[in-house]
Amino acid sequence: MEKMMNVTETARRPERSWLYNLLKMRETGLIAIILILVVVMSFASPYFLTWLNVRAMIMAFAVEGIVVVGMTILLISGGIDLSVGSVTALAMVIGGLLFLNGFDPWVASAIAILACTGIGALMGFFVTYVGLHHFIVSLAVMVIARGLCLLGTEGRPLSLFSLPESFKFIGQGSVGPIPVVIIIFVVVVVFFDVLLRRSTAFRRVFYTGSNEKAAAYAGIRTRRVIFLTTTLCAGLAGLAGVIYMARFGSAQPTFGIGMELNVIAAAVIGGASLKGGSGTIFGAILGTVLLSVVSSSLALLDVSVYWQDIIRGSILLAAVTVDHYLSKRRR
Amino acid sequence: MVQDIVLEVRGVTKSFGPVRALRGVDLSLRRGEIHALAGENGAGKSTLMNVINGILQPGSGKIFWEGREVSIASPIEAQALGIGLVHQEIALCPDISVAENIFMAATNTSRAPFMDFRGLERKAAEILRQFCNLDPKRLAGDLPIASQQLVEIAKALTLDCKVLILDEPTAPLTNREAGALFAIMHELAARGIAIIYISHRMAEIFDHCDRVTVLRDGQYITTMEISEITPDDVVNAMVGRVLGDLYPAKAAPGVIGDILLEVEGLSDGRRYHDISFRLRRGEVLGIGGLIGSGRSEIVKGICRLEGTPEGRMRLAGEAFAPVTYRDSIREGLVYLSEDRKGDGVFLEMSISSNISALNLSRVAGRGAMISDRRETVLAKELGAKLGLKCGSYSDPVSSLSGGNQQKVAIARLLAVAPRVIILDEPTRGVDVGAKAEIHRILRDLANQGTGIIVISSEMPELIGVCDRVLVVREGRLQGQVEGAKMTEENIMQLASVEGPSRTAAHAAG
Repeated sequence: MEKMMNVTETARRPERSWLYNLLKMRETGLIAIILILVVVMSFASPYFLTWLNVRAMIMAFAVEGIVVVGMTILLISGGIDLSVGSVTALAMVIGGLLFLNGFDPWVASAIAILACTGIGALMGFFVTYVGLHHFIVSLAVMVIARGLCLLGTEGRPLSLFSLPESFKFIGQGSVGPIPVVIIIFVVVVVFFDVLLRRSTAFRRVFYTGSNEKAAAYAGIRTRRVIFLTTTLCAGLAGLAGVIYMARFGSAQPTFGIGMELNVIAAAVIGGASLKGGSGTIFGAILGTVLLSVVSSSLALLDVSVYWQDIIRGSILLAAVTVDHYLSKRRR
Repeated sequence: MVQDIVLEVRGVTKSFGPVRALRGVDLSLRRGEIHALAGENGAGKSTLMNVINGILQPGSGKIFWEGREVSIASPIEAQALGIGLVHQEIALCPDISVAENIFMAATNTSRAPFMDFRGLERKAAEILRQFCNLDPKRLAGDLPIASQQLVEIAKALTLDCKVLILDEPTAPLTNREAGALFAIMHELAARGIAIIYISHRMAEIFDHCDRVTVLRDGQYITTMEISEITPDDVVNAMVGRVLGDLYPAKAAPGVIGDILLEVEGLSDGRRYHDISFRLRRGEVLGIGGLIGSGRSEIVKGICRLEGTPEGRMRLAGEAFAPVTYRDSIREGLVYLSEDRKGDGVFLEMSISSNISALNLSRVAGRGAMISDRRETVLAKELGAKLGLKCGSYSDPVSSLSGGNQQKVAIARLLAVAPRVIILDEPTRGVDVGAKAEIHRILRDLANQGTGIIVISSEMPELIGVCDRVLVVREGRLQGQVEGAKMTEENIMQLASVEGPSRTAAHAAG
């Protein structure tokens, strides 16, 4: 209710320049923080800026970054999915089991991704048509999917050394100096970032998340939008699982525990609102990069692993606090 | 002339569980007319509009579109026929630009694969320019409520419709904005578009509409030509009885007593400056001014809901220096928000737990647990005092009409036995009958010695209810009017000066 203030502000402030807009963008701030960290670290450790380390860092977040894409879109539509870690592991396990039972690895992977998409559709059904909350539905699915992983593997990792080279290529190969994993990651990110920014279809995701009622009044089938974003998020988690399988040459039933928190943190640091309606994929990926750079730095600086979680959690808290105050001043 | 009827509704019924919201309603709409729909809140106006717009499906009855029977299954189908609806409640996407909000329906049906943000902004600016001065690039959530309402109207204007339904569009608007809206309505009507106009304001109905249909308790009462009737006819048809005076009597001589609240030099350094006034026991004091003049901010500063302004205050002769709103409540100074649904009541919670919310200690039983019995007793006591109409006190507040919701909000304040009550737009979105009741309640409270401060955008309300009106402009007290000087002209004179600052205030608010 700061009407008076708005009046005087608009009267005094000249037309905003592109520079002002650029500086105001959250992405700019994140890039600045990342660059500062990188510069500081390159002094602290000569190893930090080597291609080997940079490559390792990118590899570390690239596959998870695919999950971040799905999560960001889901968050914008007003949902959330706690099951992504379990679903990623389930994709590995399903793919691995099918392969060990004689399926072609590509077919096995396709079935695994479809199964995860199906799980997403099931969650979407419970959320939109039954009317339950995303949080509780995905919490249940998180536990169920993990249980299925353990059931299918009897709790032991599946060794998949016999995967053909052609398949392992998507997880371990490179085109020139660039790993295939990074290429897939960049393609997924750019594809969805452009769609989310520019396409009319994906604008419905923002409308639905920002005010479901207003969207419904505009004729948008909001339940379908939420159903689809929920499905897409799980499907992308499945894709990530298959890539992990190719990369590790194994399927670990306990893989991805806690991944959902990393993924949600990255999206939120990157500007996605838990209330829905705002966020960008580019921002979310920068959030991922920031968390990854911090992890890598802490490891290089020999900080105890126990401290790493504490520091990462504090960064999340700091990021959302700063954001809260910035957006309050804007209003 | 049958071909002139664009939309006809015959015998439509609609029930929500045991509640019969519509029981056989007729409405026929001629091409190019402005047709008022009148009725108290709860009479079924909004339900009928939701049926016409396909949001609700009727239980029985028929709808004819240009003489052909149709069933309207969804808002999309209504849009396809050419029916546009501006909802009473503002439903915008706060994180999205004004331009995109305006064209949301168009974007949804667009075949273009990519967004043309610039084009939308340009087209939105063209539409907005007709009646207001709003930047289409701003986020809808950053706008004050009145401007958001303008966006809602702009939204409906983009639909290529043959029937446009406006559900109380002028409630939060200033006179000038409302005037611009009426000009557009007449222009649309001249183009052959039929407009259904829902309003509680008789003056608007009589100045701008051709016919009026009255509903009461979900039933069709009558349709009349405006030129042949007087406002009294409409009001009587709406309430089904003859209403007495619209406003209660002013304070009787001798009722106004010693100084209850004294404010001196209140200033937050930004939005208001050097505010000084006195409120006497038994007095109903009004605060007028344009939206955005700072009047709400001032009272929120007094009770410390917002900001920590400088200045001295005395309550009943003793220094009054609350640090938080909680202190203010404890001292007996309470505030009723202008945004009932947003900040006023807990819609989903029961009536009784809403009423006890400010004073839980009063309903606590042993061990500081809330006693349902005491809560109901308190609710019944205060509910009866205010003439609250409800089924059970355990029903959610959302089941009540706007007027009764407002009574719940007032009852909650009374639960702390306040010495001063500040009410911000106490009758917004409340029907005539309940409005008069709320006005009477305010006067009764004043007569019992409670200080009452009323903020209102409705000039007749200020003049009708208050003993004295302070006028705020740009965060400063411009003066006060009382007695015979309390006229719309005098208040407007103080509230506005022609000049650049006023245009700016309109642009933002």
